[in-house]
Amino acid sequence: MTLQKVKGTPVALEGDRAVAEAMRQMNPDVVAAYPITPQTEIVMRFSDFVASGEVETEFIPVESEHASMSACIGACAAGGRVQTASAGAGIALMWEVLWVASGSRLPIVMHVVNRSLSAPLNIHCDHSDSMGMRDAGWIQLYDEDVQEVYDNAIQVVRIAEHPDVLLPALHALDGFILGHSVERLELLPDEAVQEFIGTYTSAYPLLDVDHPVTYGPMDLQDYFFEHKRQQAEAMVHALDVVAQVGDEYGQLTGRYHGLIEGYRLEDADYVTVALGSTVGTAKTAVDQMRDEGIKVGLLKVRCFRPFPATAVARALGDKKAIAVLDRSLSFGAQVNPLCLEVIAALSTHGFAPKLVNYVYGLGGRDTVPAQICDIYQELIRIDSDGITGPILRYVAVRD
Amino acid sequence: MKTNAVNLTETEYLLPGNRACPGCALSLAYRHILKALEGQVIVTVPASCLTVLHGMYPVTSVNVPCVNTPFPSTGASATGLVAGLKALGKKGLTVLAIAGDGGTHDIGIQALSGAAERQEDFIYICYDNEGYMNTGNQRSGSTPLGAISGTTPILGKQQNQKDMTAIMEAHSIPYVATANASYPLDLYEKVRKAKAIEGTRFIHVFTPCPPGWGFPYSDTIKIGELAVKTGWVVLYEVEDGTFRLTSASESIARRGNLRPVRDYLREQGRFKNITEEQINELQDWVNARWSRCLDRATSL
Repeated sequence: MTLQKVKGTPVALEGDRAVAEAMRQMNPDVVAAYPITPQTEIVMRFSDFVASGEVETEFIPVESEHASMSACIGACAAGGRVQTASAGAGIALMWEVLWVASGSRLPIVMHVVNRSLSAPLNIHCDHSDSMGMRDAGWIQLYDEDVQEVYDNAIQVVRIAEHPDVLLPALHALDGFILGHSVERLELLPDEAVQEFIGTYTSAYPLLDVDHPVTYGPMDLQDYFFEHKRQQAEAMVHALDVVAQVGDEYGQLTGRYHGLIEGYRLEDADYVTVALGSTVGTAKTAVDQMRDEGIKVGLLKVRCFRPFPATAVARALGDKKAIAVLDRSLSFGAQVNPLCLEVIAALSTHGFAPKLVNYVYGLGGRDTVPAQICDIYQELIRIDSDGITGPILRYVAVRD
Repeated sequence: MKTNAVNLTETEYLLPGNRACPGCALSLAYRHILKALEGQVIVTVPASCLTVLHGMYPVTSVNVPCVNTPFPSTGASATGLVAGLKALGKKGLTVLAIAGDGGTHDIGIQALSGAAERQEDFIYICYDNEGYMNTGNQRSGSTPLGAISGTTPILGKQQNQKDMTAIMEAHSIPYVATANASYPLDLYEKVRKAKAIEGTRFIHVFTPCPPGWGFPYSDTIKIGELAVKTGWVVLYEVEDGTFRLTSASESIARRGNLRPVRDYLREQGRFKNITEEQINELQDWVNARWSRCLDRATSL
């Protein structure tokens, strides 16, 4: 399919409002959600659209996140196009239900506004919530800026519902940093969004009582393993679909999104790898270092699940030194989720560049270009002297 | 026309050869519940005896559509089904949420209470076998005082049941009722009545469990009848706030021939270690509820 580019409308919106705006344009059949900081703006703005009749969505203000995901499953199994939004503890409360959504092959979409997990209590951004569900069978895209919040919110619907995929999908925006920050972005016309996502027709809707089906029955030693194997296969299919949907969206908007995106990467010797809003911060650091004549670059991982291992390995295999930035901490692990994937990708493709892992920004701790410049300086030192000290390091934390 | 054994539909929605235990009261109750809904229903079920009864992939013993849901989720899952049907413009189908007492009184109460407060449009049936029978008989919020279970061994449970039907009535929903698998036509009529009402409807169905409670497989009906005859179970309905005794409970009230609760307790192995003091306490508990019911039964 080749799409005609359409003219967007420039607006200034917070990330949460950009999500709500995309949801308004997509007009899902059912939205079930529970308020939690810093996602609340999405739920409230979308409630406005429901109240004003700008959407026809059945909106269910449920009594918990466990209920919101459960209601999404009921509505999606009935045959509807369904979305929700959550953050932090809300996603933790959903945890068992997340697996039911993916195991039932229901293409539910969740807008995740990243928030740390208690205790101690913190409402600000890190990726503990979405990384905590990395094995739950959901497709995961990470947003760099508010424009991409909007773009990914639309694209995940197409990805999830693709017949080769049929998996739930989320895109994650950094709480407050993107969720509550106003940026310039371009909105598509409503019709263009609706045309792009098309209509959703469930292959096995429960409402078809003449052809009764069961979702999620008892399934023990005989078949369970095959069903899990199929889920894994669907994730593999999603790699192509994420790329293909990104390409079509690019034709429509001029904004092309891939599985990964390099920034001044090709000829770079020293590279950081990041996802989420820190990609933007790192770009500033890259420009500053390049101005000094140092060949640094950045690899942005847009699609974390499925993990685009081959693309990552090709992009990083020949680099002199690499720092992978993680905004979550897997206590007791050698390295953290993003770094683990990067190392596995390099290793399985026969590469072994010098590599370290930096944990940064937990609980919303500010991450600034100067810190990333320091990381590049460390990579230069590692290149000449080898890795001294631990592989796992921390950015801007008191010892 | 009142439903009787002769004019009850012959269509079966719960098929023979299902995985229920012999003498399962749930199997009997569920058969009549589905008959009352005439196949125009979407069912949602949490992990429970009913999941097992429904069968194991790739076969099922029911010919109605079903979505299985996590243990705490039944009320929320039904909420989603209702919203999905509404959004897609599908009319004339009943959403039936059906869960055990563990899935209702305990882990599922939040989702059910939330849905009832929102007045979601579905029928919720709790089949009450007074414990976690599917996992091998552990105590639930519905296990009675004095009953031995896997987690109340030797001494039996030290607390009374919670009255889930009263809790649901407190949500001001348009219809709540109690029923009993030994009185299938009373159950059938109540489901038919609930079907015609809009909003959250709650029916509590008493379902004796032979292996869990320790009575012979052949005695299921008898145990259920004894429960009503001793006032352990009171059959009633509350429609838009109007209370009415039904079936055997109504005639017992008219005749004033309630039997002592001891007659019910002594038939079951789970009460084998119950003390005289506990029996008296249970009798007082039953008497108090019975007199509350008589006070409310204005039509008598």
